[in-house]
Amino acid sequence: MSEQRVVITGMGIWSCLGTSLAEVEASLRAGRSGITVSQERKEMGFRSGLTGHVPMPDVKDRLNRRQRIGMAEQVYYAYEATEQALTQAGISREWLEANEAGIIFGNDSSALAVVDSVDIIRRKKDTTLLGSGAIFQGMNCTVTMNLSTILKLKGVNFTLSGACASGSHAIGMGYLLIKQGLQRMVICGGAQEVNSYAFGSFDGIGAFSTKEDDPAGASRPFDAQRDGLVPSGGAATLVIESLESARERGATILGEVTGYGFSSNGDHISDPNLDGQVRALNMALKMAGIGADAIGYVNAHATGTPVGDRIEAQALHAVFGQHRPWVSSTKSMTGHECWMAGASEVVYSMLMLHGGFIAPNANLHTPDDDSAKLNLARETVNARIDRFLSNSFGFGGTNSTLIVQRFKD
Amino acid sequence: MTTNETSREAIIAKTKKFLSEEFEVDPETITPDAPLKETLALDSLDYVDLVVVIEENFGFKVNGEAFMQMVTFKDFFDHIEANVTAKA
Repeated sequence: MSEQRVVITGMGIWSCLGTSLAEVEASLRAGRSGITVSQERKEMGFRSGLTGHVPMPDVKDRLNRRQRIGMAEQVYYAYEATEQALTQAGISREWLEANEAGIIFGNDSSALAVVDSVDIIRRKKDTTLLGSGAIFQGMNCTVTMNLSTILKLKGVNFTLSGACASGSHAIGMGYLLIKQGLQRMVICGGAQEVNSYAFGSFDGIGAFSTKEDDPAGASRPFDAQRDGLVPSGGAATLVIESLESARERGATILGEVTGYGFSSNGDHISDPNLDGQVRALNMALKMAGIGADAIGYVNAHATGTPVGDRIEAQALHAVFGQHRPWVSSTKSMTGHECWMAGASEVVYSMLMLHGGFIAPNANLHTPDDDSAKLNLARETVNARIDRFLSNSFGFGGTNSTLIVQRFKD
Repeated sequence: MTTNETSREAIIAKTKKFLSEEFEVDPETITPDAPLKETLALDSLDYVDLVVVIEENFGFKVNGEAFMQMVTFKDFFDHIEANVTAKA
């Protein structure tokens, strides 16, 4: 089978910046933060109570008890984002039942469900009393197993766990399957639980900013005064399909995925690595068949940790050099959406591509020596971008880079 | 439990309430002659949840095999009443 072009035909988002594409675009333009302080976390002994505030969806009018009972927190977000994406793509339930569409989501924990189950086992000493939903909520594939059942999907069906690059790898994997002609359409995305249990161990290694007196100003990617990341979550979904499929359906084409680069650092479990990131970036550019000068905007992974942002700035400078595309980290407003981030940041960048703007790297007051070499958007910039690159890196040294462009025949 | 709480009327009222809430059915459909499985639309997994809500509300665990004998809600109420009375 000949190689297929892969296009985006639907997007959905449920995040601390809003629960619709329009709300999120308005937040991005305004440089509005979705960060707050959780008193619960302070009472639980967290170093930092900073967190993205993500509303819990009410889906009771749309999903019955059996459909809901196995859904962990992040599945609710993913369900909402996916409904939005399917609506935008013009895909009905009947179409999904009659055709082969798959699902790949990035998700790397389901802590609350597991903690709740362990509590019951310890208290009751009887596993039957966990109820029937515990198993389906507690597995990492809770998003894909629930959504594939609800949507009656017939294609590829699995979850991808790659730490904070999970959502990006999920899109990359869906892209490769379609490109190779193995799937017609894949619903791709990332989901992240926001409950306190999900972030306790992350807080424990001192990864979080402690600027609790200024929640909106706490996430400071690339700023010299950055002191750690701010945890957040929600879900983002993209419907990607072959160009042939989109044309056959008469779908509106929103963009085209043209490159996916991946690599492993083969180094430290939590420290980033310049060589690993550069290899992922160059692989994505090579797959897209373009030079570094063809990228108009980079949505950086930059989470606001001192070492992480420094290495990424070095990697971007090494790859882009004099070309200096616009760069911003939307985590300055969203916080770090972890397993979801790689997917949500493609949605954010797509909103910029269509809206003619670059969202700001908020809270950037004084760049350090490495970030000063980048063309960082400190304020919202009105600019037309035709092609962007999105970085996502994760613990264990996993790196993912995606390239998406405006669609042209 | 007080005698008032262990009367058959009280058990039926309480059972109707938690079953209708848990399985999202109209409490009026829970009548002695109505079939348990069909009225609550129970699949194999739902029986696990039935064990959980009975334990939460009456403090005893129903043996899964006991459900084989419960065709109508009357059978269900009888089983609850027998266990609640035995406990009291």
